[in-house]
Amino acid sequence: MKDLTFGTLIAVFEEIFGRTLFWAMVAAAALITIAYLWVLIRDRAVSWHKFLLAQISMPVGAVAAILFVLAVTDSGLGDMGGPIDVIVLLAVALAGAVGMAILVYTVQSLITGKQPPRGGPQLKR
Amino acid sequence: MNINRRQLLAMAAAGGIGASILPRSGQAQTVVSSRARIVIIGAGAAGTAIANRLVRRIDGAQITILDRRQNHIYQPGLSLVATGLKPADYVLTQTAEWLPAGVSLVAEDAAAVDPESRTVSTTGGQTFAYDFLIIAPGLVLDHDAIEGFSLDLVGQKGIGALYAGPDHAAKTWQAAAQFVETGGTGLFTRPATEMKCAGAPLKHTFLIDDIARRAGNVGRMNMIYASNNDSLFGVPIVSEKVRMLFGDRGITPVYSHVLKAVDADAKRATFATPTGDRQIEYDYLHVIPPQRAPEFVRQSGLSWADKWTDQGWAEVDQQTLRHRRYPDIFALGDVAGVPKGKTAASVKWQVPVVEDHLVAAIEGRAGTEVYTGYTSCPLITRIGRAMLIEFDYNNDLTPSFPGIIAPLEELWISWLMKEVALKATYNAMLRGRA
Ligand SMILES: Cc1cc2nc3c(=O)[nH]c(=O)nc-3n(C[C@H](O)[C@H](O)[C@H](O)COP(=O)(O)OP(=O)(O)OC[C@H]3O[C@@H](n4cnc5c(N)ncnc54)[C@H](O)[C@@H]3O)c2cc1C
Repeated sequence: MKDLTFGTLIAVFEEIFGRTLFWAMVAAAALITIAYLWVLIRDRAVSWHKFLLAQISMPVGAVAAILFVLAVTDSGLGDMGGPIDVIVLLAVALAGAVGMAILVYTVQSLITGKQPPRGGPQLKR
Repeated sequence: MNINRRQLLAMAAAGGIGASILPRSGQAQTVVSSRARIVIIGAGAAGTAIANRLVRRIDGAQITILDRRQNHIYQPGLSLVATGLKPADYVLTQTAEWLPAGVSLVAEDAAAVDPESRTVSTTGGQTFAYDFLIIAPGLVLDHDAIEGFSLDLVGQKGIGALYAGPDHAAKTWQAAAQFVETGGTGLFTRPATEMKCAGAPLKHTFLIDDIARRAGNVGRMNMIYASNNDSLFGVPIVSEKVRMLFGDRGITPVYSHVLKAVDADAKRATFATPTGDRQIEYDYLHVIPPQRAPEFVRQSGLSWADKWTDQGWAEVDQQTLRHRRYPDIFALGDVAGVPKGKTAASVKWQVPVVEDHLVAAIEGRAGTEVYTGYTSCPLITRIGRAMLIEFDYNNDLTPSFPGIIAPLEELWISWLMKEVALKATYNAMLRGRA
């Protein structure tokens, strides 16, 4: 490929998804990431309870991402032909897993609101 | 405190995104001012891409692009339409959508070029004077050269011809789908002339074989690939690989068989071979006709006189694509008389070369960019796998991702390139952005 610059890559992605959808997805990913960082900072700590649920959701995200990619590209698992294919597939799975985990964690944190400090008012019921 | 930190964070995030949005151009290119009259013949892959780039590079130029066809056809998609993987409208867009403001599109074809007086006359009777001319009218499919064949036959009686455009590609799938169900002899041909995307006849063969295989009908199929010469692909190392794949799939190659006549009622094809004519009966026949430069190129005296005399490709320098006798004329894309390079991928590499030499000429200096013959062909070997084959004038393989994507291996990632990335890259190229 000639001149594979960042600009070219952006142009190609814009064409794959359409300009609006592509930038909407970038914005959504950015928002979720910001929200994630925000709840981390707000709560000053990772909540292991929420993190557990986020971890459990990871395989779901991984499988969903793989199924999505295979479906939109008319292909199947039997088409993996070499190491690079497996690497790409694992990368897709990883992206799906991490994305899902961040999403689940953030949504939980946003819904449950700010966690009071341990031993605080939440014990009162 | 909390708010401050949040603000800080938001600013950092926004800053990061902002920096990454800004498209970084490969090299800072200077914009020149000029009132040069530039005429482009053809608004296909090559004409559209160069128009978009020249508009940005030259301030004040009068750029006129001639093309009677209103639709733009993304031709690499035809292979997918002809196997039922995509609908016909997958390949269709409007030509005008791709052209930038500042370029005037004239919906007429070029009828003749007078390189001495530097004018182009159109089928509508207009005349345009030029300082620089870019000929990019693609090529002509010579279906009439095959006796007994006509495009009306496509889709019926087991005849396919996917090169002829989206409708014919869809009809090709009608004929092919029936063959896949009923079985019999499938006969896949290619012309003896230069052709665009020399991998396409192979792709069609592999795909139909795969579809039959999936339907469980491969035992009833007799697949024959008729090559025009003694190899299966112009690049020897690729030809060998294809020979092995054919062996694996049970596709029988026959060599030096050039389709010359079709008897559609008898379902019989006649081939010219070194030992005389040979007839082969078929249940499905895929026709790719001989391909030539548009007539006006020859009539205007722009073709090679001693090469490809039956085909008439424009006489240009292999490296610069500049006409060898008329330095103010360039040829881009399929019409260019160079040994390789009749693909959209080649166009992508040719366009910056012509842009460079044309802008250099305006500035009164010599251009430096060189076209190496780069051609690429994602050779589909079954649904879900392809080989990403890239090569140059020397028949050297020139992989874009050496050590990562092996050119002679059937890979899923190469299929993704064809299915997902190729059209997007093509569109980005049309806009002059790739
Ligand atoms: C089935 C198939 C599969 C392919 N697969 C691939 C692939 O996988 N990868 C790849 O890179 N390439 C592929 N190609 C090749 C690629 O599509 C062409 O090489 C590319 O489109 C060439 O661009 P061009 O501008 O020279 O010609 P075109 O895109 O054909 O455009 C020529 C334009 O000129 C216009 N025109 C014609 N005559 C005149 C005239 N007298 N005056 C004005 N305008 C005129 C036409 O209307 C047309 O719009 C494939 C082609 C086919 C047919």
